[in-house]
Amino acid sequence: MLATKTDTIAAPAPRVRSRRKNNNLAGYLFILPFVIGFIGLTLFPTAASLYLSFTDYNMLGSPHWVGVDNFRQMFTSDDKYWQSVRVTVQYVVTAVPVRLVCALLIAMLLDRITRGAGFFRTVLYVPSLIGGSVAVSVMWKQLFSDKGAINALLTAVGLHPLPWLGDPHLALWTLVLLAGWQFGSPMLIFLAGLKNIPRELYEAASVDGANGWQKFVRVTIPMLTPVILFNVVMQVIQAFLAFTPAYIISNGHGDPLDGTLLYVLYLFRNAFEFFKMGYASAMAWVLLAFIALCTALIFRSSSYWVHYESESE
Amino acid sequence: MTMGSRSVKTVNYILVTLVSLAMIYPVLWMISSSLKNGPEVFSTASSLIPHNPQWQNYAEGWKGFAGISFSTFFKNSLIVVIISTIGSVVSSTLIAYGFARIRFVGRKFWFVCMMLTMMLPPEIVMIPQYIMFNKMGFLNTFLPLILPTFFGTPFFVFLIMQFIRSIPKDLEEAAMIDGCTRFTAFVRVLVPMIVPAMVTCAIFSFYWRWEEFMGPLIYLQDPKKYTVALAIKMFSDPDAVSNWGAMFAMSVASLIPVLVVFFFFQRYVVEGITTGGLKG
Repeated sequence: MLATKTDTIAAPAPRVRSRRKNNNLAGYLFILPFVIGFIGLTLFPTAASLYLSFTDYNMLGSPHWVGVDNFRQMFTSDDKYWQSVRVTVQYVVTAVPVRLVCALLIAMLLDRITRGAGFFRTVLYVPSLIGGSVAVSVMWKQLFSDKGAINALLTAVGLHPLPWLGDPHLALWTLVLLAGWQFGSPMLIFLAGLKNIPRELYEAASVDGANGWQKFVRVTIPMLTPVILFNVVMQVIQAFLAFTPAYIISNGHGDPLDGTLLYVLYLFRNAFEFFKMGYASAMAWVLLAFIALCTALIFRSSSYWVHYESESE
Repeated sequence: MTMGSRSVKTVNYILVTLVSLAMIYPVLWMISSSLKNGPEVFSTASSLIPHNPQWQNYAEGWKGFAGISFSTFFKNSLIVVIISTIGSVVSSTLIAYGFARIRFVGRKFWFVCMMLTMMLPPEIVMIPQYIMFNKMGFLNTFLPLILPTFFGTPFFVFLIMQFIRSIPKDLEEAAMIDGCTRFTAFVRVLVPMIVPAMVTCAIFSFYWRWEEFMGPLIYLQDPKKYTVALAIKMFSDPDAVSNWGAMFAMSVASLIPVLVVFFFFQRYVVEGITTGGLKG
């Protein structure tokens, strides 16, 4: 610290200057992989994607400039596009709350347990650990198939079996349930947040005569709001980008009747099934804009509901 | 009071046990289905105990499809996962050191670029990257899956940077005064101290690469090149499945590496999620 201060004061000294140059060289050598990757695999492809979104390109021949036609087609004449938007919005507004409520309730339960907490935490994290894999999506599909275990259980308790994968609405719900089942990461983050709430707050609330529910609403939730904000933002972004489960459960097509045609799945089909690279690129940009808008709205709203300890003091 | 708190405790344990059982049920169902014979999978769907455990399902499934066994798919996955994990951990460590320890012109600019990269959905760059790799003749090779990992993974860079910042500079500076170059000071002094962060990154890289589906789906066409994830997808194709038991057996097998790594390195996984916000 002291050394750097004298450096700035004695700036013109030649030795210091050469050390600065040295720092520049060393710095760039260390981050060189990132600089190359950023230019070659992010910056250039991003620019190319933006250009492609204004073209018609099927991988044969060269891109053909069509102006805003892709966007116009998307918004005005592509019914499937709107279907995919509808399905995705439904998915995001159901899957994210289901997952986060599960995560919070189970984290609170784990927080109250002392002996064996590590064991239960492990067991409850396993679904998320393996959740992104193809094997789990395949298993989920069979679990909910007409003769699968869920229908067998429903019959066993005297209910009617449901056509989970045959009905467009129910099929989306199987995806929501799959997302809800994988609550492990937000659960661990909530658990860390719960451990950080000072016990004195609960004791003070008890002294004031608060019951369990009041403590939950007045202490736990406000103290957790920064963690909730983080989890909501992460999970919303992840939900918008969901692909593998929808691809597997819907046979890669969004079946039945486009009921599970999530946005990224439709984008994928346009790009790699119909080879409409321009149209798919345009879709990707609209998705980015939509995610950015949602994230901005969540952050904007956070000043009304997120409680930071330093503010209140 | 003791009575009351004890009964609350009992209720908590009963609740957590029930929830855990419900959550682990699908996994147990998959394992039990892998030991049932074909028709039994669905005729006794709700039962978790196979009538007569069919261990040969595993041998049967391992034979794979189209004359290619799962040995090939596991080998392919291991090649991709190991090389890309080494690539991303090594490059991310270098980059993290550069950002965390060296003050150079443009550092802030590049750091912002990295944050932007992290926020950019992969769907934006996916199509141009595909076109690019296609033009380079990399289709149907592992290169499009491996190569990008050698340029650092922003999440890992952040995680390692946080870790480096918690370590005092004194030791490296002392080493440099003693005549070490910056690079040897980094390799000999700092790297041994940040191994835990590197292990966390390696584990997450292993998970992500092992489970990766869209990349292999786009880039690999020849079944001989399939990774396990892609092979399971093809193996489970409704038109192709003749033996459901064998299909479930291979699904279970595909999860074993992930579970084994988790049980050995659990601590690092929990740390990575709670401190770095890495998705599991």
